[in-house]
Amino acid sequence: MANLTGLSIAEALDGLARREFSAGELVQAHVAAMAAARPLNAYITETPERAIEGAKAADARRARGEALPLDGIPLAIKDLYCTEGVPTTAASHILDGFKPPYESTVTANLWRAGAVMLGKTNLDEFAMGSSNTTSYYGAARNPWRRTGDNRPLVPGGSSGGSAAAVAARIALGATGTDTGGSIRQPGAFCGIVGMKPTYGRCSRWGIVAFASSLDQAGPMTRSVRDAAIMLRHMAGHDPKDSTSVPRPVPDYAAALTGDIRGLRVGIPTEYRVDGMSDEVTALWRQGIAWLEAAGAKTREISLPHTKYALPTYYIIAPAEASSNLARYDGVRYGLRVPGGNLREMYDNTRGEGFGAEVRRRILIGTYVLSAGYYDAYYLKAGRVRSLIARDFASAFETVDAILTPTAPTPAFAIGEKSDDPIAMYLNDVFTVPASLAGLPAISVPGGLTRDGLPLGLHLIGRAFDEETVLRAAGVLETAASFTAEPQGRWSP
Amino acid sequence: MAIDKATVAKVAALARMRVPEAELDALTGELGQIISWVEQLAEVDTTGVEPMTSVVAVDLPRRPDAVTDGGYCEKVLANAPQGMAGFFAVPKVIE
Amino acid sequence: MTAATIQGKTGPWEMVIGLEVHAQVVAKAKLFSGAAADFGAEPNSQVSLVDAAMPGMLPVINAYCIEQAVKTGLGIAGAINRRSIFDRKNYFYADLPAGYQISQYSDPIVGRGAVTIDLPGGVSKVIGVTRLHLEQDAGKSLHDRHPTLTFVDLNRSGVALMEIVSEPDMRAPEEAALYLTKLRSILRYLGTCDGNMEEGSMRCDVNVSVRRPGEDLGTRCEVKNVNSIRYVRQAIEHEAGRQIAILEAGGGIDQETRLWDPVKGETRSMRSKEEAHDYRYFPDPDLLPLVLCEAEVARIEGSMPELPDAKKARFVAAYDLSAYDAGVLVADRETADFYEGVARGRDAKLAANWVAGDFFAFLNKSGKALAEAPVDAGRLGGLIDLIGDGTLSGRLAKEVFEAMWESRESALQVVERLGLKQISDTGAIEAAIDAVMARESGKVAEYRSGKEKLFGFFVGQVMRATAGKANPALVNDLLKRKLGG
Ligand SMILES: [Mg+2]
Ligand SMILES: [Zn+2]
Repeated sequence: MANLTGLSIAEALDGLARREFSAGELVQAHVAAMAAARPLNAYITETPERAIEGAKAADARRARGEALPLDGIPLAIKDLYCTEGVPTTAASHILDGFKPPYESTVTANLWRAGAVMLGKTNLDEFAMGSSNTTSYYGAARNPWRRTGDNRPLVPGGSSGGSAAAVAARIALGATGTDTGGSIRQPGAFCGIVGMKPTYGRCSRWGIVAFASSLDQAGPMTRSVRDAAIMLRHMAGHDPKDSTSVPRPVPDYAAALTGDIRGLRVGIPTEYRVDGMSDEVTALWRQGIAWLEAAGAKTREISLPHTKYALPTYYIIAPAEASSNLARYDGVRYGLRVPGGNLREMYDNTRGEGFGAEVRRRILIGTYVLSAGYYDAYYLKAGRVRSLIARDFASAFETVDAILTPTAPTPAFAIGEKSDDPIAMYLNDVFTVPASLAGLPAISVPGGLTRDGLPLGLHLIGRAFDEETVLRAAGVLETAASFTAEPQGRWSP
Repeated sequence: MAIDKATVAKVAALARMRVPEAELDALTGELGQIISWVEQLAEVDTTGVEPMTSVVAVDLPRRPDAVTDGGYCEKVLANAPQGMAGFFAVPKVIE
Repeated sequence: MTAATIQGKTGPWEMVIGLEVHAQVVAKAKLFSGAAADFGAEPNSQVSLVDAAMPGMLPVINAYCIEQAVKTGLGIAGAINRRSIFDRKNYFYADLPAGYQISQYSDPIVGRGAVTIDLPGGVSKVIGVTRLHLEQDAGKSLHDRHPTLTFVDLNRSGVALMEIVSEPDMRAPEEAALYLTKLRSILRYLGTCDGNMEEGSMRCDVNVSVRRPGEDLGTRCEVKNVNSIRYVRQAIEHEAGRQIAILEAGGGIDQETRLWDPVKGETRSMRSKEEAHDYRYFPDPDLLPLVLCEAEVARIEGSMPELPDAKKARFVAAYDLSAYDAGVLVADRETADFYEGVARGRDAKLAANWVAGDFFAFLNKSGKALAEAPVDAGRLGGLIDLIGDGTLSGRLAKEVFEAMWESRESALQVVERLGLKQISDTGAIEAAIDAVMARESGKVAEYRSGKEKLFGFFVGQVMRATAGKANPALVNDLLKRKLGG
């Protein structure tokens, strides 16, 4: 029998269809691998019984000839998605003991398609971070190591646990959420595919909110085809989310024709930033060459407000977060730290329940919204955000997609950047602009650094044109033929 | 505009988060650094530019006026740290 | 009354009053969730996951609440804003689950409007409305159920409210009471709020300041929780008096939120709200701007009922009523409809007198609602018909009405059962007069020698002799003739 944990989702579905193995066997292999990989700390909660139960049901359906499109595919779910009856922590102390009596729309969609849940993956607390080091449940680790260097590296964040799980072959695919790069950057750091669809494509209902105008669910997989398959079963209009867009969901996998002849790809001048490693620059150049070799036409474009995207993001996201996180008050769910009166109970609960980075962002968000500062910060950021979106809109008058690196550096060691919040924020310099504009974007593994770490290439498309993004990503994937795997050194 | 300790303490109070006195200095430094970094937006000319109010270009969806939800008190209270007789309970508030 | 001033120890003062009214929108479900919006359910039984602000929950707006707000806006001659924004008002309180209230701040659904009030003496005054916006109600905190705990019930959390803010255009407690009454009347006509202040579906906060006549506005205090029209008058009276006393003693007014204490009949500072607020309003990123198209507003406009002012004008013109009577009759839609049912095809003035007079008196005494009155519009009309054709005198009609109220019979049935038909037969009345004159010959002589005051005495005697059934006009005529000899 094949190495069941090494399959792609597409291959696993083929194998299941041909009865080469059962969903039970597929899931069992992943449950065992998940247990063996615990030192990665990729999962906060493992749900093996539930996965095995689900696999049994999937096998039964398949035996009756009623197999669902993802029947028996074991997935990891970022612990920001509310899952009915299963602890949902957002990697925060403040959600201690919280078991949602409801299921998020996106996970419900996946289960309806037959997928099964292996567990809930680690993340930066409330998805605030780019290293997965702010988790109350401890940092998740990147399964990759630098050649000749045994220091544990960050998997990126915030969907670091999901990225590590997929890279380490302890899930066939995973869900992530992306607010400023939280799917794409960890995707790049762990050598997997991570896609943020257009804002409004996937329902936000039942996903713990970080920044409502930016948050988007998306797939994290080991191939572009898998991302297309997963996204199809995550996306769709949800009347329970007012920002969910009523558009039909295409068959994304059908868009992977490999044919990008005549595709116009923009290379933004402003993305050549200080602090970008020469290896990243080289890969970017390589990516351009790959697309051209496949018949695309690349050209320099200008996105003049790029430099302001990060500061804009670091006003808007904390502002929305400061309000979204006001509901964690010790009254209706989660942690309560007692106090002599209601006020003290709030102060104690929120002071102890939130970690340092979340507290920092709540304070910034509260500050920029407060009387006398709103216009100068929040309103100003909203205006600059309009200009950033406008930059993209005019670029997309002459190009069909935009190619950039995913992150300015490869994965770094745990603790390496933690003393300087702004240095940490710079991780998202290439991913944040598309988030602010609500555009679809994907990170595809492009190659390895000299010391053996994966690097990602980043494609941005027009709103709701995930198909072009996926098609071009498929071409990059084929050209890069990225087959390297992490070496499994997480075993104790 | 530089942020001082008193401002941080005030904002923390507004956000209902106890910040230990010992952390206040470090936090003031970090927040000050972040705030002066985001202040570079001041150099962008945004004359006549409306702030972005929605990312998606659709109309606000509306639902019909029908009772379709609620009626599950036990679900609502299931996660409550403290509850009694069908209510949530908090330390007594004196008006 | 309009330019009311209060005489202080140091001279005259003027009150400046503005009202903020929270009116619960009549709708089945809440503003942003599908939970029921009605009163009196078991605690937390009408709460959705959205109302409890569970993680990841999102608001979706109730279409009917939008329509109700637009309708109300049109009813107060407000400018309907084609684009409005829902903002978050951020503050912490145990009965505010999300830590913010979804409200409208910079761009409300309705802009400037006006409400006209009728002051005594036939003068009317226009009170400006600053805005009307939609927002969510909070839950309810119960402080008296447990010695050390406050209990929280979220049934009201998320119920749709319209906040209607007036301009500081009122100058006397009576004007505020009239404004509130008129506003409530409009809301009830429209069916957008039931106006029930006891149940809290209409609540009022009062802004009061005082100044020397002609001077700039003084510092105002907001008095919360003034939940009856009587309390509005009292609270304003008390608060203005308190401020004048402070100012006359050389003090200054602190801008603050105060609470009306209906038991003590005074306002007091709200300790728990003392801390300066910073609500950090910003557009709710879970919602999109609310856009209303022309056709939609026109459709709602087309569905509007006739409102009290228009109805009153029509009553004055069509039924020749006084402005005062018309005002009384249009105060609520049911009364106006009832009146029109009585007046149609009859003496409209007489109908107005009956509806506003005996009928209301009986109705009030019975404590019944109009719809439950034992005399309906048709029967009251029937009674008026019998007055019109001379069957009943005014006095007899009152007797008949009383009997109708008791027995639920028609006027004709009562008249026949009790034999109360008016005597308009000249012969019968003349016979009665002759008998009285024969018996009271001394008084007849006195009358004839000039003591004309005795005329009333003779009328009384004749009426008594006919058991009150004689047509009074005929009695007068005949008696005059016969006494004149
Ligand atoms: Mg108000
Ligand atoms: Zn209000």
